[in-house]
Amino acid sequence: MSAEFRTPLSRARGLGSAKHGATHWVAERVSAIALVPLVLWAVFGVIRLAAGDYGVAVDWVGQPLNAVLLVLLVAVAFWHMATGVRVIIEDYIHKMLTKTALLLANMFIAVLAGGLAIFSILKVALGGAL
Amino acid sequence: MTDASGAPRQRPLSPHLQVWRWHITMFTSIAHRATGVALYVGALILAGWCVALASGPDAYLAYMTILGSPLGKLVFFGLTISVFYHLANGVRHLMWDAGAGLDIKSANFTAVSAIAFAIAATVAVWGIAAMTGALS
Repeated sequence: MSAEFRTPLSRARGLGSAKHGATHWVAERVSAIALVPLVLWAVFGVIRLAAGDYGVAVDWVGQPLNAVLLVLLVAVAFWHMATGVRVIIEDYIHKMLTKTALLLANMFIAVLAGGLAIFSILKVALGGAL
Repeated sequence: MTDASGAPRQRPLSPHLQVWRWHITMFTSIAHRATGVALYVGALILAGWCVALASGPDAYLAYMTILGSPLGKLVFFGLTISVFYHLANGVRHLMWDAGAGLDIKSANFTAVSAIAFAIAATVAVWGIAAMTGALS
């Protein structure tokens, strides 16, 4: 992927990412495109669930389409967030130790929260909540 | 591009906020990051909701009571604006990535459009929420 986006001179100078820079950039955009319909769907899901009680929410998550879209939303959103915040950290934090700690925290929080959310959705959708 | 010293080129630095005249494309750029960070919090609230739902009726009721409190509603209002703004401005970025709309006139126009969309969509969604009983 990277070969198409870098000039031969920039490769020869050896600045920047060795191989994965462009892939990373493209993947952030792909996740952005996927999030457009997922987020619009989720907004209406929130309105619906805010008006209902526990039973309504369990039934809603139990619908196969809702369960799958919710898992996709969580997975893609946390991935997109972790990439976006990573760029912010790399832009503003220059002390090596602080930067490393924040980059790790960003990754760990996204994976932990995303994992908890997806497991919870599957538990409810597969009938474990009733 | 062609200096033979082999040293890294001097790269452009970010503009210093205090010496630049405030302009709208600068605001939209800063707001994109700010709303992105706000949505990080929003996603953690979503993850908390999933965990509360899987933890049973009592945990769910407690969580929804916090979200439905005045402070919770204020947070959700901020998240609604953030999500629609970040979405509209994200589409703007995708358009630029495709090489379109990079001139100043277009950039200013799409900046105003993204802000207007975020406000209009937020008002519409909260109107629908009020009508369907989601706010009670």
